[in-house]
Amino acid sequence: MSDKRIGDVILDVKNISLAFGGVKALTDISFNVREHEIRAIIGPNGAGKSSMLNCINGVYTPQMGTISFRGQTFDHMDSRQVAEMGIARTFQNLALFKGMSVLDNIMTGRNLRIKSNLFLQALRIGPAEREEMQHRAHVERIIDFLEIQAHRKTPVGQLPYGLQKRVDLGRALALEPQVLLLDEPMAGMNVEEKQDMCRFILDVNDEFGTTVVLIEHDMSVVMDISDRVVVLDYGQKIGDGTPDDVRNNEEVISAYLGTSH
Amino acid sequence: MFYRENGQFKTSYRADQQIFPIAQDRWAVLALVLFAFVGVPLLVDEYLYRAILIPFLILSLAALGVNILVGYCGQISLGSGGFMAVGAFAAYNTFVRIDDMPLLLALLSGGFFATLVGIFFGIPSLRVKGLYLAVATLAAQFFCDWAFLRIKWFTNNTPSGSVSVSNLQVFGQPIETPVQKYIFCLSVLVVFGLLAKNLVRGAIGREWMAIRDMDVAAAVIGIRPMYAKLSAFAVSSFIVGVAGALWGFVHLGAWEPAAFSVNRSFSLLFMVIIGGLGSIMGSFFGAAFIVVLPIFLNQTIPLLGSLLGFEVSTAFISHAEYMVFGALIVWFLIVEPHGLARLWSLGKQKLRVWPFPH
Amino acid sequence: MGFFLETLIGGLMAGMLYSLVALGFVLIFKASGVFNFAQGAMVLFAALAMARFAEWIPLWTGLDNLFLANLLAFVLAGAVMFTVAWLVEYLVLRHLVNQEGATLLMATLGITYFLDGLGQTVFGSDIYKIDIGMPKEPLMLFDAVFEGGLLVSQEDLYAAAISATLVALLTLFFQKTATGRALRAVADDHQAAQSIGIALNRIWVIVWCVAGVVALVAGMIWGSKLGVQFSLSEVALRALPVVILGGLTSVPGAILGGLIIGVGEKLSEVFLGPYVGGGIEIWFAYVLALVVLLYRPQGLFGEKIIDRV
Repeated sequence: MSDKRIGDVILDVKNISLAFGGVKALTDISFNVREHEIRAIIGPNGAGKSSMLNCINGVYTPQMGTISFRGQTFDHMDSRQVAEMGIARTFQNLALFKGMSVLDNIMTGRNLRIKSNLFLQALRIGPAEREEMQHRAHVERIIDFLEIQAHRKTPVGQLPYGLQKRVDLGRALALEPQVLLLDEPMAGMNVEEKQDMCRFILDVNDEFGTTVVLIEHDMSVVMDISDRVVVLDYGQKIGDGTPDDVRNNEEVISAYLGTSH
Repeated sequence: MFYRENGQFKTSYRADQQIFPIAQDRWAVLALVLFAFVGVPLLVDEYLYRAILIPFLILSLAALGVNILVGYCGQISLGSGGFMAVGAFAAYNTFVRIDDMPLLLALLSGGFFATLVGIFFGIPSLRVKGLYLAVATLAAQFFCDWAFLRIKWFTNNTPSGSVSVSNLQVFGQPIETPVQKYIFCLSVLVVFGLLAKNLVRGAIGREWMAIRDMDVAAAVIGIRPMYAKLSAFAVSSFIVGVAGALWGFVHLGAWEPAAFSVNRSFSLLFMVIIGGLGSIMGSFFGAAFIVVLPIFLNQTIPLLGSLLGFEVSTAFISHAEYMVFGALIVWFLIVEPHGLARLWSLGKQKLRVWPFPH
Repeated sequence: MGFFLETLIGGLMAGMLYSLVALGFVLIFKASGVFNFAQGAMVLFAALAMARFAEWIPLWTGLDNLFLANLLAFVLAGAVMFTVAWLVEYLVLRHLVNQEGATLLMATLGITYFLDGLGQTVFGSDIYKIDIGMPKEPLMLFDAVFEGGLLVSQEDLYAAAISATLVALLTLFFQKTATGRALRAVADDHQAAQSIGIALNRIWVIVWCVAGVVALVAGMIWGSKLGVQFSLSEVALRALPVVILGGLTSVPGAILGGLIIGVGEKLSEVFLGPYVGGGIEIWFAYVLALVVLLYRPQGLFGEKIIDRV
């Protein structure tokens, strides 16, 4: 883990509070993410980890707090703006487009960059055709990277769960993101699949310098690949630091294992 | 054995993403189009044009439009009859009120005005979903019904409320005889079919399908739901409007507002669902089914009746048609809810592995 | 002012009738997630059955008493509706579990066509009368307060009373009985309900039977007002805006929606209509519902549709 690749703070979350009616999902959460690092968010179920990502993505609007990206501060995020700024996301429950093939699902990630308007697309000649092929080439590189070439024309609904997770990652990668928010990318996978997924995440971080914010339950993965860790419990932050710091934090231990009386 | 892709390797993405990647498909479609343009006029008599072929072509076009909205973008719309009416009456007004208006331009203007109305009535789809939206689109249907009935300007202030057109021609060629009408409609359908296919396999098509499948996830990857939904309404209404104009001009010749009632909306929705949601081919299959079925029933029910030995009155025939139609719809939906297009692709799959079972 | 109140009251009572038809939709949707387009056809079918049975029973049994004949006709028509409900569940719904909304909608449209055809084949396609002894002369009320009194249709008054009673009974049924609870469970989540041992098909038969009875009562009332004819099945199209205005899953919504639409239609017809050429009631209800939906996309009392990622 070399420190020289990690840059300045790229994403800064300040005093975020989110409530649904009477249920407080997040209370006064603040942490930052440095460029090129792998930042894990961990915590027991229901701690508010997905809600935190949803706030960054603009799916939820927090009642209080701000989020800064590269110095620009927002008190709520607009989904499209977030995508345009270069923040991409995978989902805990996949959220793939079940009616489309793998190739088409990942191609939707390129939509932000497609410039031809409706009329050009209808005629499909010249610039529209070239653009489509360019994006297809880019997506094929992602498909190669994720080793799912054999399945590119299969409707995603027919793929096994592990492969669907890869497609979800592929779709996020297609946005050429600066920050990748991964929501339990390894949930429900066996050891081999987890190793593959770890490899992909590390490669993305290494080759493209993508900052990764990762929600994960598997502690060995978290301890192995992350640079820094944030711990949430019942919507509050109870730990923030390197994996070693967090591993030895009393509050974190009791949150996961319970305290003995 | 015949329908294999052996040896057909694609060496460019362009080749891989063409509309018919399998060579046999390309040949088959070419042959079909050739047959449609050349073979059919040699074989078919006038009745068949008027009763089956021309309605089939125009309703296929309309079903194509509806499929884009309902099948590809997932917005259930029961207002397509109203959009057809807008297309027909708008085309009529431009044709009749502007001197020397070319027919094609009039038809396209019908589509244009239908687009405007479609976008307007599509705005609720930004807030309202599912069955609520379906019923809300009926507002478009009934409002159009009322407007064309009560606002006399639309029907050129004719006392009867019905309008007619005559003397149609395109580039100097008259559109009078059934064959001419057939070729004209066929050409329009082929052109629009191609444009529609290009749209649905391109970026906008993927946006529509993303919104249909999971619109929250679509927003997160940067797709604007508003743009996607309204563009679906726009494109769909344009096509449906042109189809409506064709229906009035070419098929009916003279029509009144009741020609585009809510029953037409239902019938278009039937076509799309029975044909296959989210499938261009499906629109054609569905239209064929719905156009041919009543005629088929009309011939066979008296036949069955006489075989079984009882006299059937015309009232009974029409009631029986309703019953058989309804029962057939239900049976079909139970047997293949994904429509004829799914049966077609299953058939092709079987053909690919023939003579092996799987 | 008196005229305005008359229109208002007329609207309220017309609204009550809409509510009655809307109720059939809401019941079936609540319990099975099926939007039953065939409700209108069921109203017609039930009305036809009742009208013809009322005619035929004196012929079959020699019964003279109008009240008894009507009662028997009602019971027989009810039995017919129960059979229809059972057949629909057995032949159609059972095979379409888990299909998407559009498919189910189309299936009920198919049932509509079928019932329309069947009803006219079995019972005939003329216009028939239902005479349940509703007084036809209007009442003059409140003639102390308003000069000449307010013209109120007695028939409508009785109809409103019957509808209100039926609605009250149904609400009690849903809220207070075990079957009602089961119905609500099924409406919420088919699979979850199955997993706790609720027999889905039994529930659906019950629900369609109840909807059938509602259709029968609606058919009886509308039929007595307008005569039983084919256009009665169009009554479904009149009731749809009520359903979505109130919310697809809400019984009080159906009632309130009906009243709002009834009043709105009457008032707009009388006060707005003359300015825009008349005949606006064909779209007024729909546009009104549409406007409400823009503010509350799930109707006034419908359940909020929550998307989770």
